[in-house]
Amino acid sequence: MPRFLLRRLIGAIITLWVVITIAFFMMRAAPGSPFDTDRRLPPEIRKNVEAKFGLNQPLGVQYEQYLAGVARGDFGPSLKYRDKRVIDILEENYPVSLKLGLSAIIIATLAGGFLGVVAALRQNQPIDGLTVAVAIIGVTIPSFVTGPLLQWLFGSTLGVLPIAGWDGGAAANMIMPVTVLSLPQIAIIARLTRAGMIEALGSNYIRTARAKGLSETRIVTGHALRAAILPLVAYLGPACAGLLTGSLVVERIFGLPGLGKFFVVSALQRDYPVVMGMVIVYAALILALNLAADMAHAALDPGTRPW
Amino acid sequence: MVRDLVSPPLGRMRDSGTPGRSLWDDARRRLLRNRAAMAGLVVLAALVIAAVVGPALLAYRFDEINKQDVWLAPLARGHLLGSDALGRDLLARLLIGLRVSLAIGLMATSVSLVVGVAWGATAGYLGGVVDEVMMRIVDVLYSLPFIFFVILLMAAFGSHIVLMFIAIGAVEWLTMARIVRGQTQSLKYRPFIEAARAAGLTTGAVIRRHIVPNLLGPVVVYVTLTIPGVILAESFLSFLGLGVQPPMASLGALIATGASDMELAPWLLLFPALAMIAALMAFNFLGDGLRDALDPKDR
Repeated sequence: MPRFLLRRLIGAIITLWVVITIAFFMMRAAPGSPFDTDRRLPPEIRKNVEAKFGLNQPLGVQYEQYLAGVARGDFGPSLKYRDKRVIDILEENYPVSLKLGLSAIIIATLAGGFLGVVAALRQNQPIDGLTVAVAIIGVTIPSFVTGPLLQWLFGSTLGVLPIAGWDGGAAANMIMPVTVLSLPQIAIIARLTRAGMIEALGSNYIRTARAKGLSETRIVTGHALRAAILPLVAYLGPACAGLLTGSLVVERIFGLPGLGKFFVVSALQRDYPVVMGMVIVYAALILALNLAADMAHAALDPGTRPW
Repeated sequence: MVRDLVSPPLGRMRDSGTPGRSLWDDARRRLLRNRAAMAGLVVLAALVIAAVVGPALLAYRFDEINKQDVWLAPLARGHLLGSDALGRDLLARLLIGLRVSLAIGLMATSVSLVVGVAWGATAGYLGGVVDEVMMRIVDVLYSLPFIFFVILLMAAFGSHIVLMFIAIGAVEWLTMARIVRGQTQSLKYRPFIEAARAAGLTTGAVIRRHIVPNLLGPVVVYVTLTIPGVILAESFLSFLGLGVQPPMASLGALIATGASDMELAPWLLLFPALAMIAALMAFNFLGDGLRDALDPKDR
């Protein structure tokens, strides 16, 4: 297992390096500069500013310096927010994204798992139909449709929930963003759990458990669920990646001060270090979550252990 | 004799002797019996026709600004679905937006289709080191957070529609390549491929004439499921302000405007959202139906 872990880690680091390299040169190849949009700077001042941030050096040298900085954990200064380093911006804004993402994944797992199990136990009954409907709606209707529709319905028409804003993470402010963010994942998780449960319930060891006279609850929670949960664990990595992408839209719709908001704005403003920092954080998160999901899956199912 | 050995296009593949139904006949039967899929097909046909001919039939052009018609509710003064902040007719904009979204869906899917099929068929057919290298490249690309690159690309180089086709197509071909490779591997030891090789066809010709035509089933299914994916990706970008730029419209761009104006004019949000939902559902139902029809073992 340590060898497998090492191989995956090396693979992840290489992927991260590829990500950094592509993003770095893509940003620099883009027309425009971070100092364009303000009032036009006199050439000599502009030169000084560029020298201060090392932007006057050859691109190769900048690239080397950037990589060396990242290796030390230094993402450099922001070019747009004076006196702020990228790390400050990340630190200030990640708690919002984290709280949002964690709530969404927990709710998605619980709600999706519950719906899936109940649907599997009551196959072809109304609750099953409801689950299938939720699954279809959640998968096909994107968050930038559900978000504004919920805002319109609960925020401006009924007036029961705040339309937007964070308010320090108040529960009322979190209901709609978390719902929108978790709905697609609820759908997929419900589908996966339902399929897994139906397969598990039809298998021989469940028949054995029934023959032994175990209660239905024990059979479901102790035996069937354990098997049905496997595809779910494998899916958690991609689910988290989906949540990260979803948070870009959700944070924008609900005006939440999270990381996603900064990403698009910074890319448009050519704030190179901030964009790079975000890309690295997102990529590292996705890689780490995928690895964690694979490890958890292998730990639960010895048959798929790659070591 | 040689005729018996050439690739049987699926449509003519029959159980020897019995004048039975071909695979495609069976598939069509199953598809026609699938109500959700047929409903999807009908809705889709209606949407396509509306998007293609609709704009020409309307009294208003999609970018026509009418100062006296600002914020009109649906049905007022000839604006069937109302009008926006500039007095532009929502129905006209919706039809153009639908046209743009569908076009992007088709184009980007075509990019991913061509690249993915060529890549997957080559890797699967050649096997060995070539396969290893080609699929490792796909694996690495798969693990990249692609949507972030697409956002970077659009933010950095501006929102050209062509760039968008390429960017989205570049993401979508990966899955296609994987599916096609798997199918190719299962095809390549079949007797008719061996026969084609024995008849002296070059590798390229075997792939083009015998492998690719037999991949049609899974590819058709995946294409119907990719188009809504692309439409979603485009709308996602347009929603973030990185996609189609005004006065041009796409479903995502319309939803974005609708979302910001919904307090004043909820219809600007509702109708584009409904159109989007209808289109996505139709594609998904049709795709699921096609999968059930063409690949019965997967049900």
